[in-house]
Amino acid sequence: MPVVMDADRMARALTRISHEITERNRISDKLVLVGIRTRGAPIAQRIAKELQNILGEPVPTGALDITLYRDDLMRQPVGPQPLVRRTEIPFSIDDKRILLVDDVLYTGRTTRAALDALIDFGRPRDIQLIVLIDRGHRELPIKADYVGKNFPTSTNQSIQVHLSEVDGLDEVLLEEGIPV
Amino acid sequence: MDYSTSSHQVVESNDSAMPVKTIQARHLLSINDLSVDEIMLILETAEAMKEIGSRAIKKVPTLRGKTIVNLFFESSTRTRTSFEIAEKRLSADTLNISTVGSSVTKGETLIDTARNLEAMAPDMIVLRHPSSGACHQLARVCRARIVNAGDGMHEHPTQALLDAFTILAHHGCIKGLKVAIIGDLLHSRVARSNLLLLKLLGAEVCLCGPPTLIPPSVSDFGVRSTTSIEDAVTDADVIMMLRIQKERMRGHFVSSLREYFNVFGLTSARVERAKSNVIIMHPGPINRGVEIASEVADGTRSVMLEQVSNGVAVRMAVLYLLAGSGETI
Repeated sequence: MPVVMDADRMARALTRISHEITERNRISDKLVLVGIRTRGAPIAQRIAKELQNILGEPVPTGALDITLYRDDLMRQPVGPQPLVRRTEIPFSIDDKRILLVDDVLYTGRTTRAALDALIDFGRPRDIQLIVLIDRGHRELPIKADYVGKNFPTSTNQSIQVHLSEVDGLDEVLLEEGIPV
Repeated sequence: MDYSTSSHQVVESNDSAMPVKTIQARHLLSINDLSVDEIMLILETAEAMKEIGSRAIKKVPTLRGKTIVNLFFESSTRTRTSFEIAEKRLSADTLNISTVGSSVTKGETLIDTARNLEAMAPDMIVLRHPSSGACHQLARVCRARIVNAGDGMHEHPTQALLDAFTILAHHGCIKGLKVAIIGDLLHSRVARSNLLLLKLLGAEVCLCGPPTLIPPSVSDFGVRSTTSIEDAVTDADVIMMLRIQKERMRGHFVSSLREYFNVFGLTSARVERAKSNVIIMHPGPINRGVEIASEVADGTRSVMLEQVSNGVAVRMAVLYLLAGSGETI
């Protein structure tokens, strides 16, 4: 499979995004990071580390599971249910600037579900979206604020993000021939 | 990662970010309906559901538009409330029917009641009934998914699942644990479901009670039984007390409640014989001074109220997984 992004480029993209975050936000802003499970969560942890290096103070970081908010649950009378994982946001999000992190932005439906879930946790001051790859094909009016790499794809392709925390190595692959 | 719009595509795209798991059975009637993997799936899902109960807004939109009927032919506070809270936290529409104020008091049979409810197209029915096997009977005539919330002296599977969840939270695993189940074993559906589940997960179970309250078939389950509570609790990791079910006792099973307490009641002195990190469980409601001393029920080793909070999370997991389980209709 063609490599869209290797480990080195991924690290640089995350460093750049971290600097962009500090450019666009003030240090006094109450920043928090929330990663969407599965692979948004470790990416959020990496950005947290970078931000701590730049700002000199830790940024609270949480993980969000959006399964129970998906819009395709219960669409059929029966069918297997996606695995629900634990949401861990051990801090209040009221009046915070949330940096929402996901690996791939595609239809925008995951982001929609994440926004709904976050609103159930409180009333943040704003929510900014960070994605490692934006592959296009939005089905909802959603746009990322920070993008690691724009990579236009066709719908019969698929983007596979591998992270060392989950998969043992860092790389982004392009998979061809996915049935539409 | 973004997901495609149909759950079937999620399965076919082999998307490792969104694993899809299911339980095979359409209904939850007995622990025997579940495999070890399915039990672990329920308990893992319950772990995620538990977090929802700690939020300011304790609600997720998952079962929006689903109708769940809680059909209770026996009095119940804990189980009915627990199911109802679980259903509401998943955004299902719920309604409660209890024997008082329903057509059952006018002589309608269970099947007729169920058929009439079915005509209003509920998605699930949670049934508690004084007759063993009532849920199986309902499952044969209903399209709705049936969850057994206790049928007579048969089973109470969600209680066993929440007990397993509570044990796991304290001991980290169930395999190899010494579990003593003590009390009215003959009438207890909680004991039966727990016995099946704990055996399946590899616990070493010891049953204890007066000879009149130990069912003759107990040896079929392949577990030890004893009439000495001292013997049963020695080195136990878990002590599970059962209520003396006065309402099911037709005949003389124990000579007096005071004598029962003297011989089989769980006292501090008896707890001393167990492991120092033992947990003491009870499905409730408890009879203080009958099967358990107040100081033990309220003591530091007692996890009875945790069992109640865990019950909501486990029932949420069961309802969520069952809503997508089984073969196509």
